[in-house]
Amino acid sequence: MFNGASNFSQGVDSVFLFTLVVSVFFLVLITGLMIYFVIKYNRKRNSKATNVHGNIGLEITWTVIPTILVLIMFYFGWIGYEEMVNPPGDALKVNVTAQMWKWTFKYANGKTTDSLYVPLNRPVVLTLHSIDVTHAFYVPKFRIKKDVYSNQTRTVWFKAEELGNFDIACAEYCGLNHSKMYSKVKVIPDKDFILWYNQSADSSMDTVNSSKDIEDK
Amino acid sequence: MSETIAVNSNGKHPNYIEYQGKHKGLAGWLLTTDHKRIGILYLIAITAFFLTGVTFGFLMRLELISPGRTIMDAQTYNSFFTLHGVIMIFLFVVPGIPSIFGNFFLPILIGAKDVFFPKLNLLSWYLYIFGGILAIISILLPGGPADTGWTFYIPYSVRTGTNVDLALFAAFVLGFSSILTGLNFITTVHRLRAPGMTWFKMPLSIWAFYSTAWVQVLATPIIGITVFMVAIERIFKVGLFDPALGGDPVLYQHLFWIYSHPAVYIMILPAMGIISEIIPVFARRTIFGYKFIAMSSIAIALFGSLVWGHHMFTAGMADASQFVFSLLTMVVAIPSAIKVFNWTATLYKGSILLETPMLFALAFIFLFTIGGLTGVMQGVLSVDIMVQDTSFIVAHFHYVMFGGTGFGLMAAMHYWFPKMFGKMYNKKVSKIAFWLIFIGFNITYFPMFIMGWLGMPRRYYDYLPEFHIYHLISTIGSWILVSGILLMVGNLIKALLSDKKFSEKNPWGGETLEWTIDTPPIHENFLEIPTVHAAPYEYKQNETTVLTNQEVK
Repeated sequence: MFNGASNFSQGVDSVFLFTLVVSVFFLVLITGLMIYFVIKYNRKRNSKATNVHGNIGLEITWTVIPTILVLIMFYFGWIGYEEMVNPPGDALKVNVTAQMWKWTFKYANGKTTDSLYVPLNRPVVLTLHSIDVTHAFYVPKFRIKKDVYSNQTRTVWFKAEELGNFDIACAEYCGLNHSKMYSKVKVIPDKDFILWYNQSADSSMDTVNSSKDIEDK
Repeated sequence: MSETIAVNSNGKHPNYIEYQGKHKGLAGWLLTTDHKRIGILYLIAITAFFLTGVTFGFLMRLELISPGRTIMDAQTYNSFFTLHGVIMIFLFVVPGIPSIFGNFFLPILIGAKDVFFPKLNLLSWYLYIFGGILAIISILLPGGPADTGWTFYIPYSVRTGTNVDLALFAAFVLGFSSILTGLNFITTVHRLRAPGMTWFKMPLSIWAFYSTAWVQVLATPIIGITVFMVAIERIFKVGLFDPALGGDPVLYQHLFWIYSHPAVYIMILPAMGIISEIIPVFARRTIFGYKFIAMSSIAIALFGSLVWGHHMFTAGMADASQFVFSLLTMVVAIPSAIKVFNWTATLYKGSILLETPMLFALAFIFLFTIGGLTGVMQGVLSVDIMVQDTSFIVAHFHYVMFGGTGFGLMAAMHYWFPKMFGKMYNKKVSKIAFWLIFIGFNITYFPMFIMGWLGMPRRYYDYLPEFHIYHLISTIGSWILVSGILLMVGNLIKALLSDKKFSEKNPWGGETLEWTIDTPPIHENFLEIPTVHAAPYEYKQNETTVLTNQEVK
């Protein structure tokens, strides 16, 4: 359930867990009471009902407590979100182009790939734009998602904290092959990344091959 | 039409089904201005569209039973989820409860002979049918059915070659049907309440219909204007939304959700009204916290109109907007929570009978609570970034729209069926159908929460193998769900066709006005407009013997 791989994973997951626990508590409370009342005050057992018109104390209680709880949830959500929109200055910058139905990643030195290679533990800022319809850049394991528009740019950032390959999906419906618009984030050690980055920088043709070399290492 | 009232047989006043007005036979239905007959006309049309929507949903689930192609190609699948959404939202859930039960029962519940504008009421039905026909034509015309999702997001909806224009026009026309119904209900509630029925003596369903009507009147024009702007953009090439023309697609999303989020409350509020109506009747006691339930309807209508931005947390809005929309989304949960707590408290010390309407109502509370709580989770910004546009959202809104509104509608159907038709369904079968629907529902939609959290995006024709198990379970659930729905519909149709009449005025022991009149109601409902002395759900008989431990009002 909690298997994130970026700097946001733990934050998002713990807020999710908190809201989940609160939700389950209320669900169990309400359902439990409902079932208890239905059994206890079943017409067979309790042929005559008692009118209770209301109780101001109770009304205040079940207004105030949930209000406090949702405000706490809101606060944690906001804190987590703020982190997501404020990338550190020293980040690696990559341009991301979305189109029906593929992703293209372009690095500062002109290197262009269709998988996103990033170094471990280094912040990466992605500048997103689309050349056709709206898409959304989504890396579930990193807990990040951002819509991608044409004629506009959006940014999203993350710091990968685990080595490996992680799915990139398109999360905004974009037509026929929307569900096939997958790519990978390939998180590699910083050293290997620098090697890969400087290798064949002039040619984007053999990036696929060179990337395979990296994986083999 | 008063001359025909003389056609009484044996001194009895003919009920609205037998009643012969100016027009006879089919014309007597298609040209009727009787709110009850219009309610039945809606019932027939909406049931037809509902079953169509179910069929599309069923086929989608079947396609998703395993990865890769199963029974249809991607284009067909994309059209199916669009049609499922458009039909379910615009032709079933939005009009559903107000059009069928609001039309039939709102005037009766406030002690009126009809709505304030009966002819306008008939016009709304024709607009509904016209919109529905446009939607059907958009499926059949060359070009193919729209494949944009029910949200018609620009620029994809501009680029696709499918019949988006017609589908949009259908939504435009249906909007007017909704506005006119809302206008009619507001006026009716203001002008036609029976003598003595003050605001706080109105049944709670009236509060719900009334709040809904305001949202219908105020929010629906926005979708009309938006569709109009889309038309202008397309015809005159004025760049409003399409980035290719220099427009802003995010503006479209704002305008779309300024209507479509309040529309969510158009969908759920009437169902909440139904639940408030049913629970005291089957608990045979007064409702807990009448004023809190009534006022929370108003609060939901108010706050619900200000939270549309939470559909766009990944769109890259300004941080200030994210902050405000997230905060307001949290706040709007509170009045819903108040309702749930008050309903639960109404069971306390009741004398509860688990008839079918009550089963649906209690299931509503359970399912709506899940839908509501997961809604709160999505209102939390950082969590929403993760679950936005995944099947978590799909699960959430099915719990609210189907588990909420759908179950509310089915509860209303079983509650008022005998009154509407003078027939009684087989209760045993209806309970079996209920359990099939309830269990099937949860098996269908609950796995979507899990896979959504794990990263399964929505509107996907194909999926990664790791999600297979959840899709498989969900599809199996859909079979149980659909068999339950068919059993329920079959059971009701069988009752309709049977010769056995049911004329008991008050089968459930309700205390609102519809239970004081004939079953089925006579033309114009009341021989004499009643005078209302007491609030609804008084259940005075409880107070005579147990006065000692009775809270004084």
